[in-house]
Amino acid sequence: MAELGAILDIADRRREADQPHSLIVRFPANNPLRLDAGIDFGPLQIAYQTYGTLNSERSNAVLVCHALTGDQHVVNDHPLTGKPGWWETMVGPGRPIDTDRYFVICSNVVGGCMGSSGPASTDPATGLPWGLDFPVITVRDMVRAQAMLLDYLGIDSLFAVAGGSMGGMQALQWAASYPQRVFAALPIAAATRHSAQNIAFHEVGRQAVMADPDWRGGRYFAESTNPRRGLAVARMGAHITYLSDAALHRKFGRRFQDRDNPTFSFDADFQVESYLRHQGITFVERFDANSYLYLTRAMDYFDLAADYDGVVANAFLGTPTRFCVISFTSDWLFPTQESRAIVHALNAAGARVSFAEITTDKGHDAFLLDEPELFAIVSGFLDGAARARGLPPPRR
Amino acid sequence: MLMRLKHDLTMAEAARGPGGSRVDLLVVADMVEPGARVLDVGCGDGELLRLLESRGVDGRGIELSREGVNECVAKGLAVVQGDADTDLENYPDDAFDFVILSQTLQATRQPRVVLEHMLRIGRNAIVSFPNFGHWRIRRQIAFGGHMPRTENLPYAWYETPNIHFCSIKDFRLLCQVSGAKIEEAVALNAWGRRMRLKMPWWFWNLFGEQAVFLLSRRG
Repeated sequence: MAELGAILDIADRRREADQPHSLIVRFPANNPLRLDAGIDFGPLQIAYQTYGTLNSERSNAVLVCHALTGDQHVVNDHPLTGKPGWWETMVGPGRPIDTDRYFVICSNVVGGCMGSSGPASTDPATGLPWGLDFPVITVRDMVRAQAMLLDYLGIDSLFAVAGGSMGGMQALQWAASYPQRVFAALPIAAATRHSAQNIAFHEVGRQAVMADPDWRGGRYFAESTNPRRGLAVARMGAHITYLSDAALHRKFGRRFQDRDNPTFSFDADFQVESYLRHQGITFVERFDANSYLYLTRAMDYFDLAADYDGVVANAFLGTPTRFCVISFTSDWLFPTQESRAIVHALNAAGARVSFAEITTDKGHDAFLLDEPELFAIVSGFLDGAARARGLPPPRR
Repeated sequence: MLMRLKHDLTMAEAARGPGGSRVDLLVVADMVEPGARVLDVGCGDGELLRLLESRGVDGRGIELSREGVNECVAKGLAVVQGDADTDLENYPDDAFDFVILSQTLQATRQPRVVLEHMLRIGRNAIVSFPNFGHWRIRRQIAFGGHMPRTENLPYAWYETPNIHFCSIKDFRLLCQVSGAKIEEAVALNAWGRRMRLKMPWWFWNLFGEQAVFLLSRRG
């Protein structure tokens, strides 16, 4: 029974990769995506969701960029898990990114597994999933693909681009690559480059996936296996880095799970173990192992300064974009000093920048959670930007 | 309207002008040219930046306290969390027309370094500070024998953030050693009123409770 469930699960995920429950646009091979790896990739499929209404001036579009394990389902139920969208606290009617005022777009990143071209998509040349034959992609490639989507939608200039973590990297890359197309940028819990420690964590995750015998050199779809154990372990390790010592202690402490005494075994005696195992298992239901390899790699390669003679400020010289940089006190994956480095570079470039550090014990994941101060700051920043852009005030 | 305000304040409205703004901030704001690029170092809750932006100034701020920063950003102001003592060095030369240090000089660790950075970053610097040479303060030290506490400087010595007090006379010396040219100076009396111009410096130093200096780079 478990085996049958696993096979259905694989079929669902493969269908979602090729024919997603989303809007899609297909770019033919003669309109390829130019990749940093030096490859012209096409045909290309981009899956995306939109919320709200584009105004007649086409000036109220907000691009939301998702993080490593996120997707385009920002404020609708997830097609595979049925769970609510990942940023319902931030996006929606009357929310800081107010869908009554703004036209919100979110696309699955290239390399993802929820309908945009990625390793789980079918390679038209072979009729099989790309697997490791999919080219290695970068954050800049993700942004280029999003720019193609905006061209297709007829949106010249974004009112704002916002995202946390890998989404924040995309927001920064957007402002660097297309300064004239970005009125306001909101990189949250982000950095101008992935740190050595973060690359190290990613490498542990990738090795966990690749060490699973079911990974089969990346050809698990063809062999009807799924490296669920490897991917679950990768997720468990990564999940710890998204939280904080204080938050784990507050939520779980040393409490036992459904028992009063240790079992003197390797069962999940502690609540924190049980929680992590649950995180691993549920992740495998919705995410593709190869996608995890590709997207962690893209983050590892991210280094804005490298593209601008080693000086981040050069990426933003004379930028017309206004920035709001936000970090969290307990985030040790993208700590405040990384955000401060963004701010120093933007100051050196003469950019209009706001920067706030929010006090919380929730760690890196705080950008996804209920943080009233975060919402007040994002609302205030966007309100100010909307006034400057000449967008009408909220109706309520 | 503003010209009238400067000279006709009654005592009752001394602390705040008709727009609700603090008079010392209005004095500072009047020194800024419309359309200028301004950096307000130690911008607090953003009151001066708001006043400046309402006059079409392109304003940015630095603020040490997290609450102050978050309040400013939520108001839509371009403010970053930072420290005057350590973060000014990250700004390039001539990035601003005016760099303002309002009621913050006395709380910096290295006032001279801060002032020199301000004059490097901006074409002009505007500094306002409480005058430690005011007669009430002198009286408290001379006859009370204790560190002074006033309405503007309410802290006890052991918990004050103000570690580098100076008088108007002292500040003029700082200008001299750090290569600042005094373009304009205004003293405010105990009621926040602008003091009559053309008074000798010693008079200002004795009766001015606050001072506002507009500086430029010498040479």
